Amino acid sequence: MSMNTTTNKNYTNFFQIKTKHKGLLAWLLTTDHKRIGIMYLVSILSFFLLGLTAAFMMRLEMLTPGQTISFIDAQTYNSFFTLHGMIMVFLFIIPGIPAVFGNFFLPLQIGADDVAFPRINLLSYYLYLAGAFLALYAIIFQTHIDTGWTFYVPYSLRTGTDVTLPLIAAFILGFSSIVTGLNFITTIHRMRIKGMTMFQMPLFSWSLYSTAWIQVLATPIIGITIVLVLLERTYKFGIFDPTMGGDPVLYQHLFWIYSHPAVYIMAIPAFGVISDVVATFSRKSIFGYKVMAYSTMSIAFIGYLVWAHHMFTSGMSDTARTVFSFLTFFVAIPTGVKVFNWVATLWRGTIVMSSPMLMALSAIFLFSIGGLTGLHLGSISTDVHLHDTYFVIAHFHYVIIGGILSMFIAAMHFWFPKMFGRMHNEKVAKVGVVMYFIGANVLYFPMFIMGYMGMPRRYFDYLPEFQIYHVVSTVGSWILITAILLMFTNLLIAIFKGKPAGSNPWGAKTLEWTMPSPPPLLNFIDTPVPSKDPYDYSDHDERIFRDLKNKENIINQENS
Amino acid sequence: MSTTSVDAHGHSNNHAGHGYGDNNQLYVHFHRDDYGSKFGMWLFLFTEVLLFGGLFILYYGYRIAYPHDYHNAAMELNIVMGAVNTLVLLTSSLTMVLSIVALRRESIKTSLFYLVITFGFGATFCVNKYFEWSAKIHHGIFPGSMELKETRPAGEVVFFGLYYLMTGLHTFHVIVGMVIMVFCFIFIKTGTINPKKYIVLENAGLYWHLVDLIWIFLFPLFYLLH
Repeated sequence: MSMNTTTNKNYTNFFQIKTKHKGLLAWLLTTDHKRIGIMYLVSILSFFLLGLTAAFMMRLEMLTPGQTISFIDAQTYNSFFTLHGMIMVFLFIIPGIPAVFGNFFLPLQIGADDVAFPRINLLSYYLYLAGAFLALYAIIFQTHIDTGWTFYVPYSLRTGTDVTLPLIAAFILGFSSIVTGLNFITTIHRMRIKGMTMFQMPLFSWSLYSTAWIQVLATPIIGITIVLVLLERTYKFGIFDPTMGGDPVLYQHLFWIYSHPAVYIMAIPAFGVISDVVATFSRKSIFGYKVMAYSTMSIAFIGYLVWAHHMFTSGMSDTARTVFSFLTFFVAIPTGVKVFNWVATLWRGTIVMSSPMLMALSAIFLFSIGGLTGLHLGSISTDVHLHDTYFVIAHFHYVIIGGILSMFIAAMHFWFPKMFGRMHNEKVAKVGVVMYFIGANVLYFPMFIMGYMGMPRRYFDYLPEFQIYHVVSTVGSWILITAILLMFTNLLIAIFKGKPAGSNPWGAKTLEWTMPSPPPLLNFIDTPVPSKDPYDYSDHDERIFRDLKNKENIINQENS
Repeated sequence: MSTTSVDAHGHSNNHAGHGYGDNNQLYVHFHRDDYGSKFGMWLFLFTEVLLFGGLFILYYGYRIAYPHDYHNAAMELNIVMGAVNTLVLLTSSLTMVLSIVALRRESIKTSLFYLVITFGFGATFCVNKYFEWSAKIHHGIFPGSMELKETRPAGEVVFFGLYYLMTGLHTFHVIVGMVIMVFCFIFIKTGTINPKKYIVLENAGLYWHLVDLIWIFLFPLFYLLH
């Protein structure tokens, strides 16, 4: 692959292309994976900002003991954490990276023109949108649901708030997720360009592959569980109702058989992004490529078998608890392998501190804290103490905010030049990353301490001795939100005012950087030639690359 | 220009397949990947298996909790009805295969004939199920009924709850399969499904076999295991 960084002007990119439909319909009826990816990006970010607002309000409410804000009483607070949980889990973080960046970049990374089933891909987007609007309508305009995002029975059977609509919404969203997964697996098996084997795919594609398997194999379980709760509420089947012979613990089992693997649906694509970013900006092939691919698959597999560690205090036999505790420790091994391999990739690399790289490094650090505290919760004796406290909240958010949201944002920065053909302001982005890192720590670290001291989760009120931690945490939320808004605004400005990016501004080696940016409709102008190693930097000279980039910048400035 | 196949999509290995219509505006891309379509169908069938899998877990969990109630409740189900339905579904899987084979051998009339027969077997299954359920409901055995609540032990309530859920969900799948057959019938008539391109019918067949397969598990679990 030659280092072709000049912009090819003699083509029509996928934004400009004219189809048989005009105007907005050209987008709404498109089956182009890139346009669907952009539509997902817009919708998912809108819902994310809504969930962020709910989080901001909750943190503000927790500033002082008792009621802090006049319009948030205890019941409203319950609705807020349900709103926050449902939006962030079902509408943002589960579809997140696969739906946006997977749709856009999976075909590009494996040299395909589109996904295997483009129309089903569009269907999956509309299922997502339908589920999302149904959920929002139900939560905001109907009675304010207060079950949390877990819908535990028997409370969800008895609560006066309307859980029916949100449950139907979750069912539809699950279907959307299944369809996307099915599409990606088929795409990877059938659409790889000639000459690219499975073990020559970029690791981001590998991560999408294993995520897709979880989506296909785990999501139906939550589907049937949701149907059961709906029927139970309406027709009194007695399956989960303890007064009729049912067992609520079985509901918890079924719920977590999906919802724990769902955590890996969120996390594994983020790992894939870290791998691509770290390899690219170390100018080096990833350390232990095959082990990385295998660990991705084994996280997916073992992650399927650890669900009951969410239920150590729910009533299970000691044997079951021991087995699930062991498996929980076991799943940490491939995850640890990944962290070590990322760090090993840095060794003797030519490290380029771009904004995505900075974010990836911060993600490795924050995710390690989140992952290691997960082991405290996976061990039975400590979990009994820490269960349902802020410690769990802190652990979960270190993983999600520190490891996954941050990699979503890193992916936005990394692939932004390819998606929109323009460069963002790197300085502002880096300031954003540093603020993000500080904000996340200030926000969540105090939660570890107060959780350990016994502050229970989901409570509207708290004892005065916890106030100092809550104040620090709330201040952290302001820093974090400012950082996120700063980075988003920076990117939004760059869409309109950024400098032309060229086909490969980062000097990356995977196939998506071989075409001009934004990509043409059929993706590849010339049939790409995959290399044996997706991150082959053996012919890379950083000085020549920088010279080329400088020249290109000068030409761009003269043109504009 | 338009494509009607389910699997019409882009493929990078075959750039010759790109087509631009009038004024270089309309993008049409021909690509057929029957293997890919079948692959996708199999993945979908996995999700169906897991959908029922959740219910099988519940069945097994409660079976351990209430072995005696399960025994007593299972005695009340009509084995003859269940066996007839098993026979009906198994035979329908055969006729489904015959329909596909006939199409591949270019005898469209035979293919349609067997498709109608398969549809008929599906309908017979549903009618049978209707009578079976009606009898149960007539005896006051249905979810939330006074009979179950007042007189039966908890295990029987759960057993009949699962009975209605699992056979109900299965029958729903039978009906969906029959609707798919109607579409296949129309498509064969219009020539969309033809001896050269029969992947949709084949996928419909796969779906029908799954419906059959699930019943093969449901029948012994509810009717035979006393």
